[in-house]
Amino acid sequence: MSLHSPVLAVVIPLICAFLALLFGWWRKNLCYPITLVALSSSFLASLNTLHTVITTGTIRYHLGNWNPPWGIEYVVDHLNALVLGIISCIILVVGVYSKRSVEQELPEKIVFFYTLYLLLATGLFGIVVTGDMFNLYVFLEIASLAGYALIAIGEDGAPLASFRYVIMGTIGACFYLLGVGYLYIATGSLNMADLSQMLPELYDSRVVLVAFTFFMVGLALKMALFPLHTWLPDAYTHAPSTVSALLAPTMTKVGAYVMIRIMFTVFKPDFSISLFPITSILGWLAAAAILFGSIMALAQVDLKRMLCFVVVAEIGYIGIGVGIANRTALIGAILHIVNDVFMMACLFLAVGAIVYKIGTRNIYRFRYLHRKMPLMMALFVAGGLSVVGIPPLCGFFSKWYLILGAFKADKWIFVAVILVSSLLNAILFFRVIENVYLEPPEAGRSLEEIPTDEAPLSMLLPMFVVVAGIILLGVFSGRIIDVVIQFAIPPSI
Amino acid sequence: MFDFILSRYNYWIYIILMMIGLYAMIGKKNLIKKIIGMNIFQTAIILFFISTAAKRGGTLPIIEHAHGAHPIQAASYVNPLPHVLMLTAIVVMVSTLGVALAIVIAIYRRYNTLEEDEILNLKR
Repeated sequence: MSLHSPVLAVVIPLICAFLALLFGWWRKNLCYPITLVALSSSFLASLNTLHTVITTGTIRYHLGNWNPPWGIEYVVDHLNALVLGIISCIILVVGVYSKRSVEQELPEKIVFFYTLYLLLATGLFGIVVTGDMFNLYVFLEIASLAGYALIAIGEDGAPLASFRYVIMGTIGACFYLLGVGYLYIATGSLNMADLSQMLPELYDSRVVLVAFTFFMVGLALKMALFPLHTWLPDAYTHAPSTVSALLAPTMTKVGAYVMIRIMFTVFKPDFSISLFPITSILGWLAAAAILFGSIMALAQVDLKRMLCFVVVAEIGYIGIGVGIANRTALIGAILHIVNDVFMMACLFLAVGAIVYKIGTRNIYRFRYLHRKMPLMMALFVAGGLSVVGIPPLCGFFSKWYLILGAFKADKWIFVAVILVSSLLNAILFFRVIENVYLEPPEAGRSLEEIPTDEAPLSMLLPMFVVVAGIILLGVFSGRIIDVVIQFAIPPSI
Repeated sequence: MFDFILSRYNYWIYIILMMIGLYAMIGKKNLIKKIIGMNIFQTAIILFFISTAAKRGGTLPIIEHAHGAHPIQAASYVNPLPHVLMLTAIVVMVSTLGVALAIVIAIYRRYNTLEEDEILNLKR
């Protein structure tokens, strides 16, 4: 079992996607249990993988027993075992949550929704575990195609937003594919481990430089790094609630993971840091992303759209950690990937529940929501405070490491950017909190008259899990770094 | 100079096609033209990959009398791997095209036009 767990995490959702379509044809309500079974078994498989990696080290799984570099190889080390575990956990949690929201928003499309959901999960797991460049492209497109379709079934503006995402996403994926092609010309290999052995001799070659540039631009498009983020706010705002709650935490973070993988595993760190000025470009772009995202978020009235700009800013935090590129900052960046998955899931799930109950996302209509949905609003506030960076919630710790890393690298502007954006985030979330909790009651009406109308248990329970995750990740962040993340940083940094 | 261009003409064509595709994807207002641009862009990449596999005087990568006594002369065969990669990429591109066309149909049903600026006007 433990031998095959990396491949099982990918294959089970893939097979169940077809089963969901087949059985959904017969009985519509079978899709939800099939999805849950598939996602929980991949979650167990990825936990098993994580456990094996922590106890025995890197797993190499040769598909069909073809030896690399000819066959496709799945390589799971500390970095992707962690990302796999976190992402499979969130996909499962959002899957549990999806039932009521999908029944309300997409009553006729339940079967297709769950089929695409499972395909998206397959794509994301595949991107994370694979050790082969071309295989990664295929999984990237599986995940993106499922994502396009899921976004397009949303509200009024969704098809156009999704169409723009298709165009931008295809350019990104094609650039990635071109990068793979250039590396293949230079080395004749597609295997990541093989490439990292062969490439150091070729670092002067212009072909390799072009390949690296193609990778960076393509992945910046996929992970929505400023100024290539333009598709993200529209697409995630108009998507169905569950879809935003699924895509916002996972898709961009997986893009960030691939970027780290290519910069520090396929290419050696000294190439990415000193031979090519990519880290400083990345750092400045990320700083711009943080400020732009936070300021644009301030201008939004729609809560979900505000959160979309927060996602742009959060990508900036990861980018800034990679851009500073010392050990502490990289720990911060990887920790932020983990934390951000939970924080964004919490916030977008809360928006989904609010839409489910009151049908609007306008912040100024949230008056007295704390009387109506006390638990849900408390959980939302916990997620918001974590994004602001209040200890002991997890958002504080990754920002702490990022700031420490910037101190060590003497990059004072980045320290300032992170601090300023934390203040902006505080304004953002306190604006929501003020509208919900602190507005005075209308004349002649007391707060006690408003009846409690809490979201259903299938929505509350996932939210509780996510918020528990936010708190636990914060409290045990030191332990996570000691056991996993410190081995994920390449030793030469 | 002229020789330099002429001897690698397939790569020049790939770059020209790619730029045409990129222009159509970004510059055109009609959604179908954008999709056509996307397809040209992707086809250019196929041309690039296939060009890298070609060899002068190379033949099909099918080995006669396999498990044989004589060693395989890699230089006399066309490299099969880029072809295989492109078969997979074609599948991906066809599905992208399918999804894009489906989305365009949804847009047309909702707004009754395919011009991007008209749709944006309608949304206001």
